[in-house]
Amino acid sequence: MDERELRSLIGEVKAGRLSRRAFVQMMVGVGLTGPLAAQMLASAGVAHAQSKQPYKPTKRGGGGALKVLWWQGATLLNPHFATGTKDQDGSRIFYEPLASWDPDGNLAPNLAAEIPTVQNGGLARDGKSVTWKLKRGVNWHDGKPFSADDCVFTWEYCSDPATASVSIGTYKDVKVEKVDSHTIKITFPKPTPFWADPFVGVRGMIIPKHLFEAYKGGNSREAPTNLKPVGTGPYKFADFKPGDMVRGELNPNYHMPNRPFFDSIEMKGGGDAVSAARAVIQTGEFDYAWNMQVEDEILKRMEQGGKGKADIVAGGNIEHIQCNFTDPWKEVDGERSSIKTTHPSLSDPAVRQALNLLVDRASVQEQIYGRTGIATPNFLNQPSRFASKSTKWEFNVDKAGQILEAAGWKKGSDGIRAKDGKKLKFVYQTSINAPRQKTQAIVKQAAAKAGIEMEIKSVTASVYFSSDVANPDTYPHFYTDIQMYTTTMTQPDPEQFMRQFLTEEVASKDNKWQGRNITRWRNDEFDKLHKASESELDPVKRAAMFIRMNELVIQNVVVIPVVFRPRVAAVANTLRAEQSGWDSDFWALQNWYREG
Amino acid sequence: MSKYLLRRLLIIIPVLAGISLVLFTILAMAPGDPFEELATNPNVPPEVRMNLRAQFGLDDPIAIRYVRWFTSMMKGDWGFSFVSRVNVDRLILQRLPTTILVIGSAQILGLLIAIPIGVISATRPYSLFDQIATTGAFLGFSLPTFFTGLLFILFFSIYLDWLPFIYRADISASGWRWWWEHIRQAIMPVAVLALFQAASMTRFMRSAVLDVIQLDYVRTARAKGLTERVTIVRHVVRNALIPVVTLVALQVPTIFAGALITEQIFRVPGIGSLLISSILANDTPVIMAITFVFSALVVFFNLIADILYGWLDPRISYR
Repeated sequence: MDERELRSLIGEVKAGRLSRRAFVQMMVGVGLTGPLAAQMLASAGVAHAQSKQPYKPTKRGGGGALKVLWWQGATLLNPHFATGTKDQDGSRIFYEPLASWDPDGNLAPNLAAEIPTVQNGGLARDGKSVTWKLKRGVNWHDGKPFSADDCVFTWEYCSDPATASVSIGTYKDVKVEKVDSHTIKITFPKPTPFWADPFVGVRGMIIPKHLFEAYKGGNSREAPTNLKPVGTGPYKFADFKPGDMVRGELNPNYHMPNRPFFDSIEMKGGGDAVSAARAVIQTGEFDYAWNMQVEDEILKRMEQGGKGKADIVAGGNIEHIQCNFTDPWKEVDGERSSIKTTHPSLSDPAVRQALNLLVDRASVQEQIYGRTGIATPNFLNQPSRFASKSTKWEFNVDKAGQILEAAGWKKGSDGIRAKDGKKLKFVYQTSINAPRQKTQAIVKQAAAKAGIEMEIKSVTASVYFSSDVANPDTYPHFYTDIQMYTTTMTQPDPEQFMRQFLTEEVASKDNKWQGRNITRWRNDEFDKLHKASESELDPVKRAAMFIRMNELVIQNVVVIPVVFRPRVAAVANTLRAEQSGWDSDFWALQNWYREG
Repeated sequence: MSKYLLRRLLIIIPVLAGISLVLFTILAMAPGDPFEELATNPNVPPEVRMNLRAQFGLDDPIAIRYVRWFTSMMKGDWGFSFVSRVNVDRLILQRLPTTILVIGSAQILGLLIAIPIGVISATRPYSLFDQIATTGAFLGFSLPTFFTGLLFILFFSIYLDWLPFIYRADISASGWRWWWEHIRQAIMPVAVLALFQAASMTRFMRSAVLDVIQLDYVRTARAKGLTERVTIVRHVVRNALIPVVTLVALQVPTIFAGALITEQIFRVPGIGSLLISSILANDTPVIMAITFVFSALVVFFNLIADILYGWLDPRISYR
């Protein structure tokens, strides 16, 4: 799909022939993100749809206790030290950003008075700055007023390398100035199409200057407020036990009317996903549970006659298989899978195409993931046909065989194909996780029929996903032929996500395997497109570039997407809580209420 | 006696130093990184992780890290958790009350079940009661706690819907309701642990009483015309308790360490669950502190048990 097609689709949305939601879903299908899709619509002047879930309570409080269950408990409550989503979510109860991402990728204001646009003068036409107007009359939980100084301080705090904040990537290159007491201006070093990163979403939570001022830099760990957050959110801090429990109580001075509904919130941590699902869906002990990595069959059984249900929202997580473009079995200068080598058989496009035909996504979805892993055809096939609902991915052992045959890979006496003495024998690695081992078995079986032998290898997750330089079994080392894991695209913009295919990002011994390009695939066109996308200000042109990059990856079979893994939460039947795949589970916590 | 005590106390020092060295080396060599999640997050530049590693001294050689840890431990500074950045002693103190409450009451309940059953079984060996008690005891210690725990949850929480299966350390209620909620949520974890404890304890008690009941002084007591009740309670049980008391003393350290599996199943925020989550997160300072304190307690209570022997049985002397 190119720019012209994109524009005609946007025209359809404008004319009302295509719904906003359908458009966003299509864009996600071709590898874009919800926020980018929404940005395109906004630039074309399609009216901003407001959040559709009505908020019914007519007064603040009176809703009793809200009990939520995270099977990994929050360990710290400073959003800028958060090591995982659990910490971001725990902090999000108390802290708020200027705006959050709704399920359709729109910005919903929290501490901002309005969302900056070119029309209202918030966005500079050259893309080099953005001006945010802050909401007036907002107070911190301790009664001090919230102002532009707090935003400027948050930037100073996060961008100081000595603070060792995890959001430094968002803040280090920008400059934040105070325009007046309730206006800030963010200046970017170069034209930046994706301007809504600082002060937005999980990395955008604003911290109070008056409490953190003395703890910026080297002594940031000692701040008492790290454990006793003082924010602007709907709930005030009550109690915190790291790894176990976070408790908050109603903030009587919350800046949105009639909110929050609940008198207190308790976020309990620990245990495992299955029993967490059970506590919400089956026994109703808790109201909400996060990240249900549970087999769909079990969820369905619990839902029968239960007290809750699984809430599934689309996000950008893709379970995919990566092909190694370098030789994992030859050691060059002290490393295997070195870019000085090429893979003896996977470097042949025919072999990769055959592999793509050998992944039976239908069986993987039906037999393993169910509703929690959707084989989305749009992402997998020729994206030019993406709009068609009938598009199917292909699983065809015979065709795979023909492709290999035509490319000169002939079956030997042992049934394994070979060419010039090189056999089609692959080691297929992934982490230890029941659904993954089942997927491996399905792929291995089909590959054997087509004359490819696969040796299955599974590595403990704590080793596989670690960054241990000395351990050859981690996924960035990629010392096997193919490997499979889920790559997360929760970032609202695909620019970061796409970095994983850049030549400059190749993981190697030199960069201690910190590079994000694990497949070691290199393509000039991709590199150029990515470079151009970094400063392209027209969202539609930019989206077309990303779609092209995505096409390059898929056409060259650099990776073989298996299933989309949406976000799954367990929600009590009476609880009204809207989920978004692009932000924290608590992005709209102030709007949660109970009905019936 | 005092010379013996001094010698034993002096031996403890190298033992503990050795234990800590072994623990530290194993943990340092184990794979994994406390900042693993940052490595897989594309939004966090690798420099942040490098910076944190340097700041927390993770890149220094093992020997230097060990000496640093040991000297600060000697000064009473347990370090801070890499994950939550909270001081380790504070983390442990937060978890201690729940652990002592749950594990302690399980131990007491276990004893309250085991002693009477053991005594009755031994006084009427091979009777119907003894047969049932023996079968029950075998069943009790051959069923692991994770199994009985899940069974209890399935039956009492899901099927009958009587008891909650998630333990909440602080309940926002007061007065009777607070007590009631606490007791309700503690029933299952305490029962699971107590039954497991009681099973083996019953066997110990039974064999101890059987040993004593055949002795001459018991016959003398009976011949003296004492009632059976007085004979058993005053003369038999008292002596039979000696081995059981030392056994209990040796189990006191586990009250500190918590029950790993049971705590995980019922989400009891005790030290056991802190240990598990720290291990999963590669949070070395917390793992070190818990395992080290635990081993120190084991060593210490071994000494206490030895001393208790001498005090309960004057025939044992120490040189």
